[in-house]
Amino acid sequence: MKILSRLYLILVFIFLYAPIAVMVLISFNSSESTTQFSGFSLYWYREMLRDSATLEALRNTLVLSISSAVVSTVVGTLAAVGIDRMRNRFMRGAVMSVTNIPMMNPDIVTGISLMLLFVFVGTLLGLESYLSFWTLLIAHVTFNLPYVILSVLPKLKQMDKNIPEAALDLGCTPLRSFFKVELPFIMPGVVTGFIMAFTLSFDDFVISNFTSGSSFETLTIHIYSMIKKSVKPDIYALSTLIFAAVLLLLVVYNMSDRSERDDARGKKRRELRFRGKEGGAAK
Amino acid sequence: MNRKKLIELRGITKSFDGEVVLDNISLDIYEDEFITLLGPSGCGKTTTLRIIGGFETPDSGDVIFDGARINDTPPYKRHINTVFQRYALFPHLNVYENIAFGLRVARIRDEEEISRRVREMLEMVNLKGFERRHVTTLSGGQQQRVAIARALINKPRVLLLDEPLGALDLKLRKDMQNELKSMQKRTGITFIYVTHDQEEALSMSDTVVVMNNGSIMQIGTPTDIYNEPKNAYVADFIGESNIVDGVMIDDYSVKMSGHTFVCVDAGFGKNTPVDVVVRPEDVDVVAPESGMLRGKVTSVTFKGVHYEVIVDIGGFKWMIQTTDYVAPDAEIGVDIEPDAIHIMNKSEYSGMFGDYSSFSDELDALSENTEEEED
Ligand SMILES: Nc1ncnc2c1ncn2[C@@H]1O[C@H](COP(=O)(O)OP(=O)(O)O)[C@@H](O)[C@H]1O
Ligand SMILES: [Mg+2]
Repeated sequence: MKILSRLYLILVFIFLYAPIAVMVLISFNSSESTTQFSGFSLYWYREMLRDSATLEALRNTLVLSISSAVVSTVVGTLAAVGIDRMRNRFMRGAVMSVTNIPMMNPDIVTGISLMLLFVFVGTLLGLESYLSFWTLLIAHVTFNLPYVILSVLPKLKQMDKNIPEAALDLGCTPLRSFFKVELPFIMPGVVTGFIMAFTLSFDDFVISNFTSGSSFETLTIHIYSMIKKSVKPDIYALSTLIFAAVLLLLVVYNMSDRSERDDARGKKRRELRFRGKEGGAAK
Repeated sequence: MNRKKLIELRGITKSFDGEVVLDNISLDIYEDEFITLLGPSGCGKTTTLRIIGGFETPDSGDVIFDGARINDTPPYKRHINTVFQRYALFPHLNVYENIAFGLRVARIRDEEEISRRVREMLEMVNLKGFERRHVTTLSGGQQQRVAIARALINKPRVLLLDEPLGALDLKLRKDMQNELKSMQKRTGITFIYVTHDQEEALSMSDTVVVMNNGSIMQIGTPTDIYNEPKNAYVADFIGESNIVDGVMIDDYSVKMSGHTFVCVDAGFGKNTPVDVVVRPEDVDVVAPESGMLRGKVTSVTFKGVHYEVIVDIGGFKWMIQTTDYVAPDAEIGVDIEPDAIHIMNKSEYSGMFGDYSSFSDELDALSENTEEEED
C-alpha cells in the first residue's frame, strides 16, 4: 500500500514537472535542436534579451499586471467592506452571485463580451482606435475583482464587529477606524488578493488577446505570435525565467501566514478544476 | 442626597426586524453612581447599553447627557467609553498600544505624557510589566484588565461594562468585582454595568435596574430590590423566594395557607388578593404543634452554611434555609416574623414563580449551564 502511494506520488510529479524540466534543460542548450542536448550555454538567454520586442512585452505585462492588481485590490477591498456591511440578507446573496459569475464564466466568453463592449462604446464616442492599454486594464480589473473580494470577505467575517466599534468608542471617526483598526486586521486577505490578482493578470492570454489593440502587446500575446512564426529556444529561455519568477513568488507567498488564505485559494482551485472539466464550453 | 443627573433615558423604544427589544424604557443615571442593569439573557441589556454608547439609535425616545439630547451624537463624540462583552482588543497592537490608543486618537503627541498615563493605567489594573506583551497571548482575566485600562485612559464621564466578568472563573470573578467597585469609588466615574448574575448585581451596585423582556421591572438600591420586590418576577429573579397566594384581611394582617399573619405592610385595602413573599432564610423551624403553619419535609440538602429544606405546607412547597438539621419526611412547624413578610400587588407574573414543587438541584444546575452557553 505504502509503495503504491509512493509510486503514485512519483508519477504525479513526473507528469507535472517533466515538461517544465525538459523546457528548462533545452533553454540552456547550445544548439537549436529540441531533441539533442549539445552542451550548456546561455546563448538563448542572450538572444532573448537582445530581442527588444520581447523586453517591451515583458515591461508591458509588468505595468499592466501591477496596475490592474493595485486597482482591483483597492476597489475589491472597498467592495468587500460594503458587502460585509449589508444588512439585507437577500441583497447580499444577490451581490455575491453577481460577484461569483464572472469567475465561473469561461475566459473566452468574458473576452469576447468585453471586446464587444469596448468596440460598441468606442464607436459611440467616435474614437479611432478603441482597444488600448486602458481597455486591457479595465478587462483585467474586471476579472481580478472577484478574487480580491473573495479573499478579503472571510477576514472581515472573522473580525469581531465590536473591534471597529471599540475604535469609534475611543474617538475614531469611521474612516480613521477603518485605517487604524480594520485594515490591519484584514491585511492578510488584502495581500492574498493582490498576489492573486497579479498572477492572474500576468498569465492571462485569452481575455487579453480580445481586448488589447495592436499598440499594446503583453508577454503572452507576444509569445503566441512568436510561436506562430517559428519556435526558437529563446522562448524556452523566457518561459523558464517566468517559471522561476512564479516559483519565487509562490515561496514568498507560502512562507507568510497561510491558514488565512486557504478559503479564497480553495475557491480558485475549485474553479480551475471546473474549467478543466468543461473545457471552453459556455456554462 | 444631592446628586447630579448625568444621563436620562426617556421613553426609549427599539425594535429589530419588527421585534420590540426595548419597550418604553425610562431611567435616570447619576454622577458617581454604580448602576447595574440586571436581567436574563435576551432582555435588552446590551441594546440599552449600546444606545447609551451611541452604537444604536432608539426608534423613539430621547437620550439626554448632561442636559443635552444626544440621540444623534456619534460614539466618537460622546464622553462615554465601553468595555465590550468579548473585550474587542485590537489584535495587531500590544498591551501598551492598546491602552494608548485613545490618547493617540486624541492626537496627544507628547510621548512622555502617553507613557506616564499608560503606566498609571497599567498600575491601576495590576498589569505592570505587561507593556510589550501581545494581547493574543494574555489570559481572559488579563485581557479584561487591558480592556478596562483602554476604556478609562481618556477619563470618560461614564464607563459602560457589558458582562465584563462573564468569561472568568468564580474566584477571579469575585476578585474583579471588588476591584471594579473600588476603581469606581476611586475614579468617581459613573459605571453602568450589565450582568445576568443577581449576586454580582447586589454586591457591587448603588442602584440595580431589574429588566425583563425589554421593560424595566424595578429600580432601587440592592436592599430595596431584595427586601421589597415590586412583583413576583423580581422576587423570584433576585435570590430564592417563596411566593404564596394570600389575602390582605386588613392593614397589617394577611391570610395565607389558612393562617392569619401579622405583617408590616398596609394600604392594600380590605380582602384584597395579594402575593406574599417570604425569603427562605426568614422562616423559623419550630415544633409541629407550636408552629403557625405545619407541613411535611420532602427533601433536605446540605449547603455548607445551612440546610436547604423543602416543606410541603398544604400542597404548596416552601423552601426553608435553616442551620438546624431536620429529617426528611418529618412533620415540622414553621413561624414567620411580621417583618419577614413582604406583600406585593398581584401582577401578570403572579403564580408563575416562587413554588418549589418542581425544584431539584440538578434541574437548577442544568438550566444555569444552558444560560451561560447562550451568552
Ligand atoms: N443587531 C440586532 N439585530 C437583530 N436583533 C438583535 C440585534 N441586537 C439584539 N437583537 C435582539 O434583541 C434582543 C435583546 O438583545 P440584547 O440587548 O443583546 O439582550 P441582553 O444583552 O440582555 O442579553 C435579543 O432577542 C436579540 O436577539
Ligand atoms: Mg448582552
